[in-house]
Amino acid sequence: MEEFAALLNALVYTTSRNRKLALIAAYLRETPDPDRGWALAALTGSVDFPAVKANTFRNLLKERVDPVLWTLSRDFVGDTAETASLLWPEGSASSESSPSIAEVVETLSALTRASAPTELPKLLDRLDENGRFALIKFATGGMRIGVSARLAKTAFAQSFDVSVEEVEEYWHALEPPYAELFAWAADGGDPPDVTNRPMFRPFMLAHPLEEEELDLSDYAAEWKWDGIRVQLVRVNGETRLYSRSGDDISATFPEFLDVLPIDAVVDGELMVRGSVQGGETGGAASFNALQQRLGRKKVSKKMLAELPAFVRLYDVLLLEGDDRREHTWERRRKALEALMPRLPTSHFDLSQIVAARDFSHLAEIREGAREDAIEGLMLKRRDAPYIAGRKVGLWYKWKRDPLLVDCVLMYAQRGSGRRSSFYSDYTFGCWDGDPDAGAELLPVGKAYSGFTDAELKKLDKLVRQTTLNRFGPVREVERTLVFEVAFDSIHSSKRHKSGLAMRFPRIHRIRWDKPVHEADRLDNLRSLIRD
Amino acid sequence: MSAPFSWIRPEPWGVQIVPADCWIDPGRAVDRALVTHGHADHARGGHGETIATPETLAIMALRYRTGIENGEGEMPSKATPVQYGETISLAGGVKATFVPAGHVLGSAQILLEHAGERVVITGDYKRRHDPTCAPFEVVPCDVFITEATFGLPVFVHPPIEQEMAKLLGVLAANPDQCVVVGAYALGKAQRVIAELRAAGHHQPIYLHGAMEKMCRLYEEHGVDLGELRLVADAEKDDMRGHIVVATPAALNDRWSRRLPDPITAMASGWMRVRGRARQRGVELPLIISDHADWNELTNTILDVNPSETWITHGREEALLRWCELGQRKARALAMVGREEEAE
Repeated sequence: MEEFAALLNALVYTTSRNRKLALIAAYLRETPDPDRGWALAALTGSVDFPAVKANTFRNLLKERVDPVLWTLSRDFVGDTAETASLLWPEGSASSESSPSIAEVVETLSALTRASAPTELPKLLDRLDENGRFALIKFATGGMRIGVSARLAKTAFAQSFDVSVEEVEEYWHALEPPYAELFAWAADGGDPPDVTNRPMFRPFMLAHPLEEEELDLSDYAAEWKWDGIRVQLVRVNGETRLYSRSGDDISATFPEFLDVLPIDAVVDGELMVRGSVQGGETGGAASFNALQQRLGRKKVSKKMLAELPAFVRLYDVLLLEGDDRREHTWERRRKALEALMPRLPTSHFDLSQIVAARDFSHLAEIREGAREDAIEGLMLKRRDAPYIAGRKVGLWYKWKRDPLLVDCVLMYAQRGSGRRSSFYSDYTFGCWDGDPDAGAELLPVGKAYSGFTDAELKKLDKLVRQTTLNRFGPVREVERTLVFEVAFDSIHSSKRHKSGLAMRFPRIHRIRWDKPVHEADRLDNLRSLIRD
Repeated sequence: MSAPFSWIRPEPWGVQIVPADCWIDPGRAVDRALVTHGHADHARGGHGETIATPETLAIMALRYRTGIENGEGEMPSKATPVQYGETISLAGGVKATFVPAGHVLGSAQILLEHAGERVVITGDYKRRHDPTCAPFEVVPCDVFITEATFGLPVFVHPPIEQEMAKLLGVLAANPDQCVVVGAYALGKAQRVIAELRAAGHHQPIYLHGAMEKMCRLYEEHGVDLGELRLVADAEKDDMRGHIVVATPAALNDRWSRRLPDPITAMASGWMRVRGRARQRGVELPLIISDHADWNELTNTILDVNPSETWITHGREEALLRWCELGQRKARALAMVGREEEAE
């Protein structure tokens, strides 16, 4: 655990990507199995101990430290694991040596909710502050130390001089501590055999289209649908549904587990039936409707009947054991079109190509997309193979311009991690009538991005100087500042008093100059709803 | 007879000693000020009379215009030195005694006595050994007016030897680079240098120009800092394998481009929290503070054992809570303008 703790600490204080890669690579080379495999799992967010959650540690600490002092400390530090590691009573350290990761894994895996409160302190007592920080991060997942799963896999590839694409290819078929992966990459063994497993293939992703114009003889256009990207995989008759991050979401959408008639890997957008996106019949509902089905471990029959999901397909990666990823988009598209008649229309349809005379015609079409609650357009190079990741020049997303409204800052909350102690999360509202006739502000959304570090400092100062009330980490502020807020769409919502919920709100501009009574009214926002 | 301690009146910008018509560490120009130490959030220019230790007066003379502006230009103001342990009489029957606070060179707590009541105002203080200044002394009193810059239980400063070993270890491991240590120009910089000398590091240390005068002042007051050189006079390659001490603001400034592949270190109590170090792009955090940490703050209240504790600035909520748990009478004064980030 000490070496892993030292690695985490070094990563925390390193901003250079290359330096981070070198640190992880060196650790993976020098650390024995299975510890290095577990460390890699932790860095990629692939460990989970059901009996141990952040709350478990919070409760342990509250038994040892005054709850008020705990809360004040947590609020200042901005990270539960770090606060707990700092506040753990030092004097109780036992003489036992620091445990190995393998030993920690063994202990954590055997824990139950009942045994955790007595067993975890024994581990914590064997570690110093850095060790406790590493243990809590490891046990609860979610490192938040500026290392993405992709970076960790790249470091693995660099460490053993293998290609990261190959690592990605095997990754989702293997489990921590990845013995087969290390045997192959580090010890020159055979590559892991993944042919018979219904595993996830990394997605091909798009870059935002910035300034350039594209030649439509090279690129085909499709609508950019507002659902979730999924990959449906059937191998040897066994079917799995994966989300964009490669998570297995089969249990959330069980209706797809027996509808593919052949072995295949297809790529598309999962949505819920409705009439908003793409017409009255065979259309899809807004993202709002889909959201009710996301994140559920079990789905009721009622939910399946009321919010039936389907996949709008746009690509095919494998077909009856045949890897099509080397084929051009045009060939894959033909294969997909040929496949469609064999798929049940209840669960699948085809993402249509948007026909346009030229690029400016396409721009015109895109302008009209909002009426159909469509996010924008995708542009795909006709002769490009299916390449994992985001390779420049092959796929573009061309989102329609965001909606903009002027809102008033009402509440601010402290951020975490790099932004700990800064008030960086803002809740803003709009007027429920004429502000000069006594209208009130009602919150319409919350945003924590879209401003620079310098602006953040200025905002933080304003929040501190204009605080009216404190509610734990949240401050209510005087109504003095207008934000121009950008968002992709707005929906009706029962959760908020204003009856509105924004999708992807972010601060577009800070209107230091604008008087608050000139901010938008709720009526304006309601007129933008496309449910 | 008036209410207890009514002769001491805390305002957001300073503490007034009412019968003596003077202020302690006022944030604006007044006729007569008692100043605990030379940091800008406690000491400012423009007072009619400044009463402080000789070291603090010397520091203030170096940093601020100490005169009063009037129509005919600047009028020299009066500087009244008070030695540690010396008691002076102020108007209205108030006596003031300056006692070492262990914060920086010349820093003092001020004991005020009036009508049989004793009030101590600490200014900023620490309890750790510091080769650059006199150590803190416990003064029993009725009202203890304390700072709380690091008033959260997460703040426990490690032994400075440990942090020096960390710094020298990184320096030795990277002989082709330099380590630039961000340190506040008054106090922290000199302490870091003196502690490096104490740890056996006798190589020249390179200075940011803004530190030179203060280092010389410390040396004139008997603090040995060893061989110091200015970055401005050095060739880039000469600084490889050496320590550079700079103001925190210079770390991320264009100034640092003249350094050879610098590793950025920062000497501050805030470095205890990872997020704080990351905010400043610090690669080598050194937890070194001239303020009392949580244990020092709470142990000092126990040592002094006052009937009331008043908290001037910092994380006062947590220290108030600690007092409440120990059934000690306490209040927060919510002083403004006390700069904590520079620590």
